[in-house]
Amino acid sequence: MPSTLPLGDPVPADGGFPAAVAQALPARAEAPFGLYVHIPFCSVRCGYCDFNTYTAEDLGPGASQVSYPDTLISELVFARQVLDAMGAPERPFSTVFFGGGTPTLLPPEELARILTRARELFGFRPDAEITTEANPDTITDATAQVLAEAGFTRLSLGMQSAVPHVLSTLDRTHDPANVERAVHAARAAGLQVSLDLISGTPGESLEDWRTSLEHAVALAPDHISAYSLIIEEGTAMAAKIKRGVLPDIDPDDQADKYLLTDQVLGAAGLTWYEVSNFSTSEATRSEHNLNYWLDSDWWGAGPGAHSHMAGLRWWNVKHPAAYAQRLSGGATPGHGRELLADADKTLEHLMLRLRLADGLDVAGFNALPELRRSQGEKISRKSVQALVHDGLIEEDPAQPSNAHPQGRAVLTLRGRLLADAVTRRLAP
Amino acid sequence: MPGVSTKQRTPTTVSPKARSSQVPAATDPSVIRNFCIIAHIDHGKSTLADRMLQLTGVVQARNMKAQYLDRMAIERDRGITIKSQAVRMPWELDGQTYAFHMIDTPGHVDFSYEVSRSLAACEGALLLVDAAQGIEAQTLANLYLAMEHDLKIIPVLNKIDLPSAQPEKYAEEIAYLIGCEPEDVLRVSGKTGDGVEELLDKIVAEIPAPEGDAEAPARAMIFDSVYDTYRGVVTFVRVVDGKLGHREKIKMMSTGATHELLEIGVSSPEPEATKGLGVGEVGYLITGVKDVRLSKVGDTVTSQNRPAAEIIGGYDDPAPMVFSGLFPLDGSDFPVLREALEKLQLNDAALNFEPETSTALGFGFRVGFLGLLHLEITRERLESEYNLDLISTAPNVVYEVTAEDGEIHRVTNPSEFPEGKVTEIREPVVDATVIVPAEFIGPVMELCQSRRGTMEGMDYLSAERVEIRYKMPLAEIVFDFFDQLKSRTKGYASLNWQGVGQQAADLVKVDILLQGDQVDAFSAITHRDSAYAYGVKMASRLKELIPRQQFEVPIQAAIGSRIIARENIRAIRKDVLSKCYGGDISRKRKLLEKQKEGKKRMKMVGTVEVPQEAFIAALSSDEDAGKEKAGKK
Repeated sequence: MPSTLPLGDPVPADGGFPAAVAQALPARAEAPFGLYVHIPFCSVRCGYCDFNTYTAEDLGPGASQVSYPDTLISELVFARQVLDAMGAPERPFSTVFFGGGTPTLLPPEELARILTRARELFGFRPDAEITTEANPDTITDATAQVLAEAGFTRLSLGMQSAVPHVLSTLDRTHDPANVERAVHAARAAGLQVSLDLISGTPGESLEDWRTSLEHAVALAPDHISAYSLIIEEGTAMAAKIKRGVLPDIDPDDQADKYLLTDQVLGAAGLTWYEVSNFSTSEATRSEHNLNYWLDSDWWGAGPGAHSHMAGLRWWNVKHPAAYAQRLSGGATPGHGRELLADADKTLEHLMLRLRLADGLDVAGFNALPELRRSQGEKISRKSVQALVHDGLIEEDPAQPSNAHPQGRAVLTLRGRLLADAVTRRLAP
Repeated sequence: MPGVSTKQRTPTTVSPKARSSQVPAATDPSVIRNFCIIAHIDHGKSTLADRMLQLTGVVQARNMKAQYLDRMAIERDRGITIKSQAVRMPWELDGQTYAFHMIDTPGHVDFSYEVSRSLAACEGALLLVDAAQGIEAQTLANLYLAMEHDLKIIPVLNKIDLPSAQPEKYAEEIAYLIGCEPEDVLRVSGKTGDGVEELLDKIVAEIPAPEGDAEAPARAMIFDSVYDTYRGVVTFVRVVDGKLGHREKIKMMSTGATHELLEIGVSSPEPEATKGLGVGEVGYLITGVKDVRLSKVGDTVTSQNRPAAEIIGGYDDPAPMVFSGLFPLDGSDFPVLREALEKLQLNDAALNFEPETSTALGFGFRVGFLGLLHLEITRERLESEYNLDLISTAPNVVYEVTAEDGEIHRVTNPSEFPEGKVTEIREPVVDATVIVPAEFIGPVMELCQSRRGTMEGMDYLSAERVEIRYKMPLAEIVFDFFDQLKSRTKGYASLNWQGVGQQAADLVKVDILLQGDQVDAFSAITHRDSAYAYGVKMASRLKELIPRQQFEVPIQAAIGSRIIARENIRAIRKDVLSKCYGGDISRKRKLLEKQKEGKKRMKMVGTVEVPQEAFIAALSSDEDAGKEKAGKK
């Protein structure tokens, strides 16, 4: 999650939801429900990273690497109380995702303990997808085994690049050779493997990027997330670019690298299902992340974590010590929240679905009650055709069918690179 | 009443005011003295006028505010006088009381028609020159005008109290110019009052009394008219023949319009109603009319009952020389701009405007001005008094374009340039006079030549100062000529110009096209030799200013169908946030909303989205670049 929190309304101390949100929960009982667990520790702060993470081992009472798991568990208990108080139905988690920071900076037993408490409090659905991010250096046969036995099903490794000078610019300290060891360990433990890659690092050539892609593909992962580097304000890398120490990001270079990504991964059987995400099959997509894009509910636990329940978004206080203090006083760690208006919901629906390979069901969008209530403009056949004409939307899926009488708007390869522009053109 | 002088003068603030004043409408012309002051901005005209008001007692010291006659706030801000006024003052010499009418004239070339009318109302002129600076080009131009009107010139060096004053040197310069002896040049200080009484005496002695036929039908010349919020139009006149009386029906001879005189009077300097005005007198008329255009400078006022047969010569409609499009930055301010221009027009007969629509800039007005200062002052007043944010297009002059079919088009806006072949284009030319220290002759000539100037002559006013005369196209002066002149002469050059007709020239219209669609705000009429440079400059500037679109956008500069310069804005290839997880969604949505808002402020040129800021930056960077250069010098 980004380090800059949006402005919003205050969260009441008991963490209670507005009535409209509470009333909507029973109908969502069967819908996917995710748990995000934020681990705010890293051994090194990477220059490009603006996530809410800290390199100190002890950030105050309840916020040291040793005491943090109990603090986090106290939020899970708090979450359970809030949902009960709101009259929410029993709703086991369908996905769990440990992110950071570097979750595996904590001993695997501690991750297992948190997961076990989550299971005790909420229950997991059969076949629940349970992922943790991991630094390649931290995954050995033994740690992979502990994680698998605790119930984790999936490992997301921060590989980023296979090229030493690129890793160094990114301040990544892991040994590239350890990526292979970690992948093998995960496989041996029966875990699915996803690799994170970053393209467009200052100084990275197209050939460097090809090298990284080919190394990643050679490890035969189930899933790859390949991001273009975003220079976030306030990061060390942004400062270096400003001072001229590093060259600025070149969007054309990033576009070239995206095309190469699609080509190399496609040839290896990894196809896109979201702008930056590729998988070997539908079964190996990240369910947890898909739920973010499909308007599902999730509880985000940990400092700075974002949550979403039935149109209510809220986010926790950022600093781990402040977070621990709130919870020890029995109060919500929520810092701010926003109740999405109908117009917000339709715009999010449009912008998130358009990023997916499944595309935007145009008739479904036009029939959204939120669109009608906010008096938003429907998407016309003409505007879809114009996008097809401009080569931004696939022709075939745009054709009407029984399932989708007005067709689906699915981005072309070029359209994926211009997804935001397409969204603006269709925005109500 | 010639006789023994009994008056006593003391150099104090106590007024040596004449013991009695002449009564308006009953003053014999022989004791009237009408004069104006010709001076450059900053040479101390207003300060000297203030001192005269004080010495003649019409304004008490305690009521004195600096530069009493410069009434409008903007005049005080700029330290210049835009509108003239006439002040009646008593003065006594050798036991005889005289009535002075001091007519304050605008000092700037843009208002030279008004200057000429003010001069026509006088018999004499004080040539006021800063003793530390010497005469400037505009002063010289007005001096020549005064000489053409056969005015008696009284040369005066002002600011003799300044340590840097060089009265001997500049007295010689002036003596050379008007053909007198250096000793004849009076030396005064408006600031300390030194020499001002002697000057007042000299006015009596040297300036001829007005002459006119008191029995003839009334004829009075309008030399100024101003709009007053409470009283409507106040018209300033000089009576030539006959008499105008209170409540009389008057007639404007150029239009035949008649009005009833609600009030007639003199300024002293506050308005004082009188029974009337007689031969040689200067005063004001109020008729309740609200629009100064009904009371035109130069027109002749006569009595309706006993109208004069002949108009006083020299009447002329002020013709706008420079046109510019004025557009509100916020389109919803269009009605405010219209109202503001209408109000300004009440007080500025020379201002004319008509609605203009630009694809790039929206709704605005094409406004005609007498010159660049007029444009600047008008724009400044619109912005400060009406709180408007404006963008103005590059000023251009009036062209006469003869199309192939023989039809002549008057082009005040490049968009009016006829399509197809033209047989001739004529542009206004001016006689430009530059006065400059001799060391800068080279740079000035270089500049004038680069602006298509033809040298007409050069005279040394003194050993160090030179008057250089060029014939130049007005179009070459209206952009940044004066700034350039100043920066090349360390600020020493002064400039004056006056229109002297038209000449044929090899001019072309350069259009700027975005993806084949013309952007009206950037079309320009230039000399063929400058067309390429203009095209290249605008194309490369726009390339920097217009954001990349989803398709490649060619920017072309063209003369007719011939492309003379080209740039390309490459298509944008990546416009997507690569990462969009749980915590990114709100931020991403808000960013999209902001972009959508931004899109509303985009102007569409064909299918190209151009932010309004890009138009503004492209139109204003000339000015900024000029300022930057000047600042570095």
